[in-house]
Amino acid sequence: MATKQNLTPTNINDDPVPFFSQLGWKDWLYAIVLIASTVIAYSKYSQFMDVYETTFLFGAGVVFSLLGWCWKPVRLLLVGIATLSLFSINLYHGDLDSVNKVFFLKFLIGSQTAVMWMNVLFVLAMLTYWFALFARSAFTGKVATSLTWAAVLMGFVGLMVRWYESYLIAPDVGHIPLSNLYEVFILFCLITSLMYLYYEQRYATKQLGGFVMLVVSAAVGFILWYTFSRHANGIQPLVPALQSYWMKIHVPANFIGYGAFSLAAMVASAYLLVDKEILVSRLPAADVLDDLMYKAISVGFAFFTIATILGAVWAAEAWGGYWSWDAKETWALIVWLNYAAWLHLRLVKGLRGPMLAWWALIGLLVTTFAFLGVNMFLSGLHSYGTL
Amino acid sequence: MTNSKRLYELLSSMRFAVSVLTVLGIASIIGTVLKQNEPYANYVIQFGQFWFDLFEMLGLYDVYHSAWFLVILVFLVASTSLCIYRNTPLMLKELRAYREQVTEKSLHAFSHQHEYATGENLDKTKQDLSHFLTARGFRFRTVKHKDGSELIAAKAGSYQRLGYIFTHAAIVIICIGGLMDGNVPLKVEELFGQKTVESRDIPANEVPKKSRLSVSNLSFRANMTLPEGASADVAFQRVRDGYMVQELPFSIALTDFRIEHYPTGQPKSFESDLVIIDPDLKEPLKHTISVNHPLIYKGIAIYQSDFQDGGSKLNFDVWGILSAEAKPIPVEGAIFGKTEFGAGADGLQLEFIDFRKFNILNLSLDGKGKPHNVGPNVTFKVRDTAGQAKEYVNYMQPLQLDGRYYFVSGMRSSPQEEFKYLRIPADSNFEMQGFMRMRAVLFNKALHQEIAHRFALKALKPGDDAAIKTKFEASVVQLLGAFGDGGFAEIAKLIDASVPKAQREAAAQTYIKIITGVASEAYQLSQERAGIKNVKVDENTQAFLQDSLNAISDLFFYGEPIYLQMTKFEQREASGLQLTRSPGKNLVYSGSVLLVLGIFAMIYIRERRIWLLIKPQQQTVLFAMSANRKNRDFEIEFNRYQSQLSALLQR
Ligand code: HEM
Repeated sequence: MATKQNLTPTNINDDPVPFFSQLGWKDWLYAIVLIASTVIAYSKYSQFMDVYETTFLFGAGVVFSLLGWCWKPVRLLLVGIATLSLFSINLYHGDLDSVNKVFFLKFLIGSQTAVMWMNVLFVLAMLTYWFALFARSAFTGKVATSLTWAAVLMGFVGLMVRWYESYLIAPDVGHIPLSNLYEVFILFCLITSLMYLYYEQRYATKQLGGFVMLVVSAAVGFILWYTFSRHANGIQPLVPALQSYWMKIHVPANFIGYGAFSLAAMVASAYLLVDKEILVSRLPAADVLDDLMYKAISVGFAFFTIATILGAVWAAEAWGGYWSWDAKETWALIVWLNYAAWLHLRLVKGLRGPMLAWWALIGLLVTTFAFLGVNMFLSGLHSYGTL
Repeated sequence: MTNSKRLYELLSSMRFAVSVLTVLGIASIIGTVLKQNEPYANYVIQFGQFWFDLFEMLGLYDVYHSAWFLVILVFLVASTSLCIYRNTPLMLKELRAYREQVTEKSLHAFSHQHEYATGENLDKTKQDLSHFLTARGFRFRTVKHKDGSELIAAKAGSYQRLGYIFTHAAIVIICIGGLMDGNVPLKVEELFGQKTVESRDIPANEVPKKSRLSVSNLSFRANMTLPEGASADVAFQRVRDGYMVQELPFSIALTDFRIEHYPTGQPKSFESDLVIIDPDLKEPLKHTISVNHPLIYKGIAIYQSDFQDGGSKLNFDVWGILSAEAKPIPVEGAIFGKTEFGAGADGLQLEFIDFRKFNILNLSLDGKGKPHNVGPNVTFKVRDTAGQAKEYVNYMQPLQLDGRYYFVSGMRSSPQEEFKYLRIPADSNFEMQGFMRMRAVLFNKALHQEIAHRFALKALKPGDDAAIKTKFEASVVQLLGAFGDGGFAEIAKLIDASVPKAQREAAAQTYIKIITGVASEAYQLSQERAGIKNVKVDENTQAFLQDSLNAISDLFFYGEPIYLQMTKFEQREASGLQLTRSPGKNLVYSGSVLLVLGIFAMIYIRERRIWLLIKPQQQTVLFAMSANRKNRDFEIEFNRYQSQLSALLQR
């Protein structure tokens, strides 16, 4: 949402400026480049694309234009991702083995390497945020923010290049990297961090970075364990049930939900500290934390609802019923009911304070169980991501 | 308050709604922790008879279709409906109202209000203020009061109220759709004894009417297994520990079922070529379905759900593994069929259960290697005349384990056990013959003397005297006899019986050395008997011999005296189809759209009201603001408007 107020003499009443009048030449250039790229991609590859893929392509052009207009840093991020990914893909020369031979791929922007950089940068960002908090150093805070952006950039490059790599294995193996735990954990880190960065800018506070990066770093820990101990970072072909267009929107929608709930839980932990008079002088005020927590949960709730519905539509196609009370579905419902109750008590009963914060924190446990625990402990129809 | 009024208050209250949500959550958890819809025998084994009965009474084996779970859902629908009923009139009123009746006094009592001094020009002020409101998305009404003052009552974001109505109506719609597709009508019919569950394993056309569901059944979710070349016009709906037969308005034939694989061996697609035969059709409808691509015909969706064997024809070599026979007996069989083997008291019945053409296994010891396809296997039971059965799973091709190749067969005596595996080493031609010939020789007591003789020739020096030689040969024959009676275990018994404790360790080592040496002779003899000349014994052969001795020892624990080696197969697959009719689906989907719209409206539309009371006599403007949710955004907005108004009015 645009809040920039235009204070030229013509706007003497300080009226809000209509959305399109707020856009500058950079915004238009960005959108033009984006749309031009989609058109070029379409003219080059349209013979390989069906109607869904064409829709996705142009849909992405429009969605990312809007996203960049609403939140300016996205423009730079997107340009960065595109440049690095194209550069990396170019270095492959269509040969998977290039990863071990070409310097840049081996040490910087090969898919697994880029993900490793993402991991490192996220952990560094967390440490830097904490340092900035304790040292009250605005400069260090800025460094932490940059590290987080860099990590997000590397993570996305890693995913893009991985996408390309999957097609190098064999054309019929190729698929979007959203299909196993390794890939979705990367997505989780990226989405959670992006959401955090958005709120960091909106609330002009960097003090929460250390808290949020804590969950992200935990996810990084999981990625590392999964890579080194389980060797589960390889690209696997898709089992038939996963070969669906619904997957491509169901999974990201789900992770916006998971990311937002995690963000809310971490803000809740900061709230609880402030409530106990710990770090009060360093953290934002309780009402800011409370507001942020509410916003995160409502965004999460909205997207989780969409994700669950998309999941049902997909299930209707793959399993023959939109709702089978499979363990994953059921736990999604439980998570959803949990946050529905949270929102009710806050909005209808006007409940505030530590109770809601504790609830948001415990909500994260429920969410984590739905996300991971179900795969580990319960059996069901969800065929991907067993540990 | 009357009782019904009190009930209404309770059901439509927030407290009750949150309680129902909680109960629903907990009830759902039970169903994920306890595996649902397993065969009842498994539950009895798991919990014991007492708990099994109790849990069955509580409906815990099919929580989501139990009566009490339905009751929770009904309460949810009731509570939400009453809540809508109770709140909607108010919401709609709020949505339309401008609240222009507020008094100056009540405006002063607002927590968010401010009074400004302003210029004389009433019209200019009014114009400025209406411009101010319009630019910020507020709609307003103006009322003139008798005392000359004017009130502008403005509002924005009223559609947030619709959000409430949408969200909650959506919940009701989704639940009703879900209940329609659930098995409520069936439950009712069962309750009145009109329908019963069938649990006998009988052909579909013999299932009595009480367990048949007619074509007109509104909603169902049933399964059908069609072998290639077969057709059917009924499907089976699983209900607790039994099933019901669902009749279909058409019949379905399967012409072909295909599995495609990735180069790594993982399945890539499952496809069934179906033909729908329906008198309403001019000619049969041909259609191919696959996972994620069902066919919908006459409101019934036909899904590719799974696959299994449809009665593949198999050929075997049956080896008498505990006999001295070196030749196998060919036997034929088919999956789901039974084949008699042997006769009389030793007669065995072979019951073939499943055939799989592809098996993706990870055979590396540390689990780090890549899984790959190891070829076909067959699962079967061998039942003796007493009715006791053991289950086996045999792989057709040798599997590579630890760098060497083995024919692998798993055995278990009951479904609760894990398979125990027998590994028979493949010979240099990757066949089983080498092992089987050698086994035949070792089990042939008539040949033991000959083997012992050959061995003695090599083990003893030419100069050793005849008595020693005879004695040595005799002890080798005894050893061979023991091994032939029970493998290494029998030799251990022999040692325990005849050697003093202190020397047993040493004796065992000597015996093993001898057996290994003897095995080499036995192997050469077996090869010669098969007409193979110039047998070389190299390192590979040594490893083969060692594996063979171990395998022969294990044969005594294999359960049955025969080994089935698959030699040929003619695969016939069966496709598992799921057939559903869910009239509630469209309700559920439209409810879902409503839900999303409603939630976004509730979250992102903020309802706010502004009152501006212009008082020309006092030359003041009173500004008051309120929102149905007072949060931080509201405070920020109020402060912004307050200062903007101050700039505007004091110009
Ligand atoms: C499964 C059942 C229900 C679900 C999933 C549900 C969901 C929701 C959601 C998502 C919100 C909006 C929170 C937000 O603004 O983000 C909400 C608000 C609300 N709900 Fe429910 N609800 C349910 C049942 C009920 C019941 C039975 C009542 C009756 C007491 C009720 C009363 C309300 C009220 C009064 C609001 C606030 C509306 C407002 O102030 O705008 N809800 N509900």
